[in-house]
Amino acid sequence: MQAELSAPARRPGNAWRWTLIAAVVALVAATLGYVGGWLTPQRLTAQRMVNQLQRNAGTFAGYRRNHAKGVCVSGHFDSNGQAQAYSQAQVFAPGRTPVVGRFAIPGGNPYAPDSSVPIRSMALRFTQVNGQQWRTGMNSMPVFPVATPQAFYAQLQAQQPDPATGKPDPAKLKAFFAAHPETAPFRAWASTAKPSASFATETYYSLDAFELIAAGGKRQPVRWRMVPEATDAAGAVAPAAPDYLDADLGQRLARAPLRWHLLLTLAAPGDPTADATRAWPADRPTIDAGTLVLDRTEPQQSGPCRDINYDPLVLPAGIKASDDPLLPARSAVYADSYLRRTSEEAHLPGTARSTPENAR
Amino acid sequence: MNTATSFTLTARVLHWLMAALILAMLFIGVGMVASVSARHDWLLRLHKPLGIAILILAVVRLAVRLRHPPPALPADLPAMQKLAAHASHWLLYVLMLAMPLIGWAMLSAGGYPVMLSGSLRLPPIFPTNPVAYAILRHLHGWFALLLLLTFLAHMGAALYHGLIRRDGVLSSMIRRHVAPLPGEPEPIPRDKAAIENATPTPPNDAAEPGTVPAEPDEATAPSASVGSPLPTI
Repeated sequence: MQAELSAPARRPGNAWRWTLIAAVVALVAATLGYVGGWLTPQRLTAQRMVNQLQRNAGTFAGYRRNHAKGVCVSGHFDSNGQAQAYSQAQVFAPGRTPVVGRFAIPGGNPYAPDSSVPIRSMALRFTQVNGQQWRTGMNSMPVFPVATPQAFYAQLQAQQPDPATGKPDPAKLKAFFAAHPETAPFRAWASTAKPSASFATETYYSLDAFELIAAGGKRQPVRWRMVPEATDAAGAVAPAAPDYLDADLGQRLARAPLRWHLLLTLAAPGDPTADATRAWPADRPTIDAGTLVLDRTEPQQSGPCRDINYDPLVLPAGIKASDDPLLPARSAVYADSYLRRTSEEAHLPGTARSTPENAR
Repeated sequence: MNTATSFTLTARVLHWLMAALILAMLFIGVGMVASVSARHDWLLRLHKPLGIAILILAVVRLAVRLRHPPPALPADLPAMQKLAAHASHWLLYVLMLAMPLIGWAMLSAGGYPVMLSGSLRLPPIFPTNPVAYAILRHLHGWFALLLLLTFLAHMGAALYHGLIRRDGVLSSMIRRHVAPLPGEPEPIPRDKAAIENATPTPPNDAAEPGTVPAEPDEATAPSASVGSPLPTI
């Protein structure tokens, strides 16, 4: 190539010009590397969070990296119009919106026993007539243990099983909780929480705050929860079997659809919207926006929820994210988990494969 | 024979606007995928409308280019460099059009609503399919890397033309040259010093030791007559 360079290229005194060109090109490349986190291995990225989830639970090809064990449900939401004054979202106008949902338990192991955690989760995708969607992932506890993605990452690190025992190191957990006093409300809840015998009797909380946007543009910070009509087994002791939640759900749905009420809690000025560890005072006004009716369940391997990423930032006009720092982190991390499991589904080179060893 | 000596104003405006948008998009894309902070959300909300804007601008630009062919490269440019220039330009066009379309198809395949704003939604252009999503998503990333490398090569080559060869290729995208039309009396060239001062490159290296004697750059180009983007005096 050097011989190919024309006379002006070989002109003496060009050294600084070549240097300048190389410097400009290198600067752009390096800045991009910095933005991508490749030059800062300590910075928390979505990929590093998912890697940690995999270190804790193992890698199960095709499954979500968290809340891996779950089941698809479908039905609809009947809005009564009461939230319409606060949000212009179509889902809150009187009428029916189809829903595809998923019940699950936390953790990255799709074969974990149902009683391994006292938490259940409900994820929903509402598809409005105008094609916009509302996706939400809720958990059956009223507060989240931590307020930031960095603290959640530290929690995952503390919970990573010790290779010697196969269990988390109690000293590390103790150190984590000591360093994170914001976990106190969650721990108070967890100290009495028992694994429920049914998905149907749980209340599911948005945990993160959002904003409702009224037709006139008025903003109202809210949190929501799904409160069950079924309460019969709320105090029931979970069976000893590893898998009972799906069977319970199937039996209940064979009898009748299951219903929850969507309750929207309106924040007062000053209520924390950026801290999911702190519940709002109990006297905040609550709106019953309508009824969620679930009438069908399918296994997650073949059901319609399988290919849905329940990204909490997929929101229709009329619902916006708050300043809660967990929300963008959830969105970014879910997206990476979704890419990994769909890549495994596609059998792309370099992706994890289902093998008999990790299948159970 | 293409006698244009510089890009049309429309082509130049489109070029620099899209250069800024595409470079911004590379940073936005890389940043939003890695970030777990609030940046993830607002970069993502910026990424989609900008991508569609680039798609529209790329279509307009392709039409402008087909209608107004760009000035020829300097006749003395080595064949390899000419080939590299042409290939990289068409690669840039392909990527400018493909990247937004792949992004749009990828979101469609993933079952996501393609929201350009809080309320503006584009229809899906691909059926929901997780395997297609994974392939398109990886393609989007690999093409972004290819676009970055092509962009860096393009920028490096432009600076090479402007700083090393000083053959008028860079300035043909920066300002309008006064070109003589065949059969017409040659226009009086603008004051040379004024033209030189208008470019970001120094006029010459006369003040530096070891450089060739101060000559107008254009005069050093051996074939400033036929096919040169620069007017002969």
